[in-house]
Amino acid sequence: MIKVTYVAHDGTETVIEAEEGTSVMQAAVSNDVEGIVGECGGSMMCATCHCYVDEAWEARTGQRSDDEDEMLEGAASEVTERSRLSCQIKLDPSLDGLVVHLPEEQL
Amino acid sequence: MSPSRVVIVGAGQGGLQAAISLRQNGFDGAITLIGAEPGLPYQRPPLSKAYLLDGKAEALTLRPASFFESKQVTYLPDTRMLEIDRGACEVRLDGVGGDRRLGYDHLILATGTRNLRPPIDGLEHAFDLRTLADAGRLREALAAPRRIAVIGGGFIGLEFAAVARKLGHEVRVIEAAPRLMARAVSPAMSRHFEAWHRAQGVALHLGRAAIGVDAAGVALDDGARVEADFVLLAAGVRPNTELAEAAGIETVNGVSVDAQLLTSDPAISALGDCASFPDPRSGAMVRLESVQAATDHARLIAARIAKGACPDYAAVPWFWSDQGDQKLQIAGFAGPAATEEVVADGLVARFDAGGLAAVETVNNARTHMKARRLLAPGGSADLAALKDAIFA
Repeated sequence: MIKVTYVAHDGTETVIEAEEGTSVMQAAVSNDVEGIVGECGGSMMCATCHCYVDEAWEARTGQRSDDEDEMLEGAASEVTERSRLSCQIKLDPSLDGLVVHLPEEQL
Repeated sequence: MSPSRVVIVGAGQGGLQAAISLRQNGFDGAITLIGAEPGLPYQRPPLSKAYLLDGKAEALTLRPASFFESKQVTYLPDTRMLEIDRGACEVRLDGVGGDRRLGYDHLILATGTRNLRPPIDGLEHAFDLRTLADAGRLREALAAPRRIAVIGGGFIGLEFAAVARKLGHEVRVIEAAPRLMARAVSPAMSRHFEAWHRAQGVALHLGRAAIGVDAAGVALDDGARVEADFVLLAAGVRPNTELAEAAGIETVNGVSVDAQLLTSDPAISALGDCASFPDPRSGAMVRLESVQAATDHARLIAARIAKGACPDYAAVPWFWSDQGDQKLQIAGFAGPAATEEVVADGLVARFDAGGLAAVETVNNARTHMKARRLLAPGGSADLAALKDAIFA
């Protein structure tokens, strides 16, 4: 199991454990973490699973794809260099302990 | 006075979203969510796509059981509504515990659709693809090599055809209209997908109606036969409106609602696939079968119930269909009279009297997102403005 910490906009931390291969979006939704919507179920059709990867983890989560970049243009909150669609980050052992920050709004 | 008991009939993505949004908006009354299927509410779109390949049912669950406890939402699976008693403000239910009645202050109809059963002999030989149970049966059937016939060349039939072909099955699609996805996309986009499916080795029988199904295949209206040992019926859906109609609520191709998504009874709202609502752009009554409409409707209804007022419905529609490596994205909604303008290969703009109505793209998220912004309320774009936005 891989540990992920979600830091809400108000600073509240939620720590969950998810199976390898699960996306950061799916792990949040399955564990009822507020602040990730994931309306399209990971089809990269919406931008409601927006997260900011913690600085310490940026190198390990990799770069966002071109399509992801385009979909993020529709995000409700500010998009920064560390913005990702969390449906596009798949959990593997190298991400055990991952920390992501959640935006104020997803819609 | 805000209602204190909300009953939501239909536990698809829209019905569940209504429950989620009610709590997010601070509604502290009782919420009961009623679903006809067993298990927790789940996403339907992947049933014709990823789920057929990976079989991961748990990935489809929209919210865990803990959500219903922590948010105090009473979820009644395996339960059907039998009647809406508007006089008593009650619904009659049949489920665990038998026939019973449940009172409401506000009722939300999220009853969705069911598969259309066209007048074709022998349809009992055909499979459906609507529920998780249906998709599970299809996965089992796809485990052995098959000659497959698909009746219906819409999104569901073609998504299934692409998956089945990828798995190595022989696939034939029978479509009564002269082109694929005729209700949803422009002729140019139909041609794009026609060429793509043929290139994958899918046989297409266009403009041919199925008239009979038996254990050996499908009979067509021109006397030809499509040999198949497996037949999928994907000929569209019809909205579940009978109980609303029986209760005297206005229905025309869906439960009719106004721009506040209220039915002809102000104590009853309707959302998603079962609702016919005024298109914010044209004012015409439309019924959309999409995650977007279901969830955006749900959010408006929840905000209205919790806060007492909200602006009229104004969301821009969007749709998608993954067929193999072809991701079709549609921003906006074009009526049957809309014209088409092929801007580039796999990029079609549609116009009507109000200007740009919809943009259809293939594997082009950038243009799709730009189109959604151009179509936002108050916007009215012509072809030049669209090209400026896309090619800027």
